[in-house]
Amino acid sequence: MSLLAFCRWLSETRWSVALHESLWVYPLVESTHVWSLALFVGFAVLLDLRLLGLSLRRVPASEVARRLLPWMIAGFVLMVVTGLLLFYAIPVRTYQSVFFRLKVIFLALAGVNVFLFHSGVWRRVAEWDRDPVPPKSARLAGALSLMLWIGIIFAGRMIAYNWFDCDRQPQPAIVNWAAGCAVEPL
Amino acid sequence: MTLLSFFEWCETTLLGQTIRDSLWLFPVIEAIHLVAFAVLGGTTLLVDLRLLGLALRPEPVARLAEDASPWQWGSLAVAIASGTLLFLSEPMKLYYSEPFWVKITCLGLAILFNFTVRRRVTLADEKSVRPVWGRLAAFVSIALWSGVAWGGRWIGFSG
Repeated sequence: MSLLAFCRWLSETRWSVALHESLWVYPLVESTHVWSLALFVGFAVLLDLRLLGLSLRRVPASEVARRLLPWMIAGFVLMVVTGLLLFYAIPVRTYQSVFFRLKVIFLALAGVNVFLFHSGVWRRVAEWDRDPVPPKSARLAGALSLMLWIGIIFAGRMIAYNWFDCDRQPQPAIVNWAAGCAVEPL
Repeated sequence: MTLLSFFEWCETTLLGQTIRDSLWLFPVIEAIHLVAFAVLGGTTLLVDLRLLGLALRPEPVARLAEDASPWQWGSLAVAIASGTLLFLSEPMKLYYSEPFWVKITCLGLAILFNFTVRRRVTLADEKSVRPVWGRLAAFVSIALWSGVAWGGRWIGFSG
């Protein structure tokens, strides 16, 4: 089964239709998704700023990370759960949204960035823990994370707009390719 | 001048019209508004959770509040500036939107509360303030800012 076929099947399930058509639950899920930005992205930004040496300079970097982590995990779980529900409510259009696809790519890159950071300079954190400005590779990880999360917020917000939707033809070929639209040749 | 006629005047401003007529200006300003909200929420929550005794306990509250302060005020300034632009593009829709009034009320109270009670509690010598006041201040702050966030998102679902 292709991903598109899976999304079609998903969109026909009872709960997907119910969520899509609900007057209160969908807005509640959406606004909780936005609220959790403060908890997860807000704390991620603080950690990034610490890695860049731009804030909380007097607090050891590992202390910031260790203390914020439980909250970030909670925020991330809330974000992923509400995000999956939002996708579940509108699967086909979301799957074929260029902005959603961009958001998923940015999310994956943010994950890779975290992985590289943890398997690299973070292992030697004891050496630079109290430095107001951490070493270059830590600053780089912080800067990348900051840019990716800003990109994720931008792309996520743009999913709401139908400029490049498959049912709005004609579109440039590259848009149809990026969105995975099946267009009948003229 | 009544509030309604003020909103009507806002609708006619050139800035509001430009944003309204543009395909991408509103979405881009909206996204900037969201980024600012994330930073504002993060810095505010950091201090509030510390007041509740739930995060960064070894650090003095006042020091955290001081460190967070420039980012908190910077992001609030960006959020208010971008929010004003968004407002100018659709004041009449907002005038009749209940979530908008919930949001603005919470926002006014949150800013007022921050400058009066919360600031005093966070910058005070920790031994001179009973922890229960810190907790209460943090609780009120989180509740008000949550009202701003939820009310704000809900504007998009009304009207």
